[in-house]
Amino acid sequence: MTPAWARAAIVAAGLCGLWAAIAHGFALPPYILPGPELAVAAWWRRAPLILDHAAVTLAEILLGLAIGALVGAATALTLAFYRPARTWLLPVLVSSQAVPVFALAPLLVLWLGYGMASKVAMAVLIIYFPVTATFYDGLRRTEPGWLDLAATMGASRSAALLRIRAPAALPAFASGLRVATAVAPIGAVVGEWVGASAGLGYLMMHANARMQIDLMFAALLTLAVIALTLYAAVDRALRLCLPWQPDSPAA
Amino acid sequence: METDAPRPPGIAVRSVRLVYESTVLFEDLSFDVPAGITTCLLGPSGVGKTSLLRLVAGLSGAGSGGGGRILCDDSRPAAGRVAYMAQSDLLLPWLTAIDNVMLGPRLRGESGRRDAALALLAEVGLTGAEALRPAALSGGMRQRVALARTLLEDRPIVLMDEPFAALDAITRARLQDLAVAKLGGRTVLLVTHDPLEAIRIADRVAVMAGRPARIVEALEPSGAPPRDPSLPALAALYGRLMRALTAAASTDGDTGGDGE
Repeated sequence: MTPAWARAAIVAAGLCGLWAAIAHGFALPPYILPGPELAVAAWWRRAPLILDHAAVTLAEILLGLAIGALVGAATALTLAFYRPARTWLLPVLVSSQAVPVFALAPLLVLWLGYGMASKVAMAVLIIYFPVTATFYDGLRRTEPGWLDLAATMGASRSAALLRIRAPAALPAFASGLRVATAVAPIGAVVGEWVGASAGLGYLMMHANARMQIDLMFAALLTLAVIALTLYAAVDRALRLCLPWQPDSPAA
Repeated sequence: METDAPRPPGIAVRSVRLVYESTVLFEDLSFDVPAGITTCLLGPSGVGKTSLLRLVAGLSGAGSGGGGRILCDDSRPAAGRVAYMAQSDLLLPWLTAIDNVMLGPRLRGESGRRDAALALLAEVGLTGAEALRPAALSGGMRQRVALARTLLEDRPIVLMDEPFAALDAITRARLQDLAVAKLGGRTVLLVTHDPLEAIRIADRVAVMAGRPARIVEALEPSGAPPRDPSLPALAALYGRLMRALTAAASTDGDTGGDGE
């Protein structure tokens, strides 16, 4: 079988070919759809600018991921350990998902300003729920035999939670983190669209308004590369950290 | 094997009633597990052997109904003095063999049992496998780790639920010998559906059957375990156990709907 990186390269080349075929085949003007070669040229020309903005967006994504994962994990453990948290907090969490997170973006910018904080908050909000939900679900599905064993061994509830239920739920937590890694860039970029002075989302809006569509595509490509690399890195790290987990089908 | 703990208690099950999903499993069931010997509880699948074992272990979720008492002959409950070994090995897949053996001390926050755990792993023949995770072990090796984990608890009462049922014949015979050697002197209640296993390792065999379940036969094979079940005297015993089991199975269908 072809190695994963080779398949990725082939698919990427195929998509670029399709992109070039559409752009040139329909003779679309560059201000509607520039060909891939124009986007790459723009990237090369404006590399320092793009990288500066990319660093901001990457920092927002990573901060959002770290905070969202920590708060989500803490919430899931609290839900699993305290019954009142389940009866009172869980319904609130579930119904809060009825509010579209994107609709909150202008409010976050209003409250937290045009800087990084509002984007990090947006990323945290968008990943908090998948992390909490998957980890809590994993914590609820502990093999009952393990808990019986812990009970006969005289384990306290907290010992059973930390030494059996939490490690057993790590694979579920990992799938939550994978989803979070995939959606965190969305949160950061939406935050930048609503109001920002830096970041790839801001650069794209800016370039779009000035008809610098090649620059917009260059920024978009950069964002895609960041998102894919981040996902691959997180996926790899999770596999290394959970070697006992049966290998799930490759993404 | 030093069991310097006080004399292991016998267990008395008295007038226990248990209802599981509107099926009356036990009604006024009484049963004795004598102190310091191995009792095999033999019975067909689904008769409630595991439920009885769980009741003795003080585990919830076996069903409801309540009623009756389970006491040790020193008048204290068994819970807290029990080591439990289930049909599946229940090894934690993220822990190595040695850490699985030390699960009890780890859960209770005790330290310093590593040497004892290493010694037990050696005794069950797993020297060199200490650092392997369960996925790297065969079914027989995993069950040996589970046995070592049970032994490390060093409890006066050991409850085992078909611990060797999933193993091939040779591995099962070896583990039975090992269990007999290591569990001597404790109060052991071992649930099984295999008459040969009961004959091989039990000091006392009780046959449980019917619905609601009763003890329909209890006998004590002669000679010290582990026994060779092909001996003629034991073949007669095997016949007796099989008759008790099949008689129970043939009446099973009629007693199911009994009310009060």
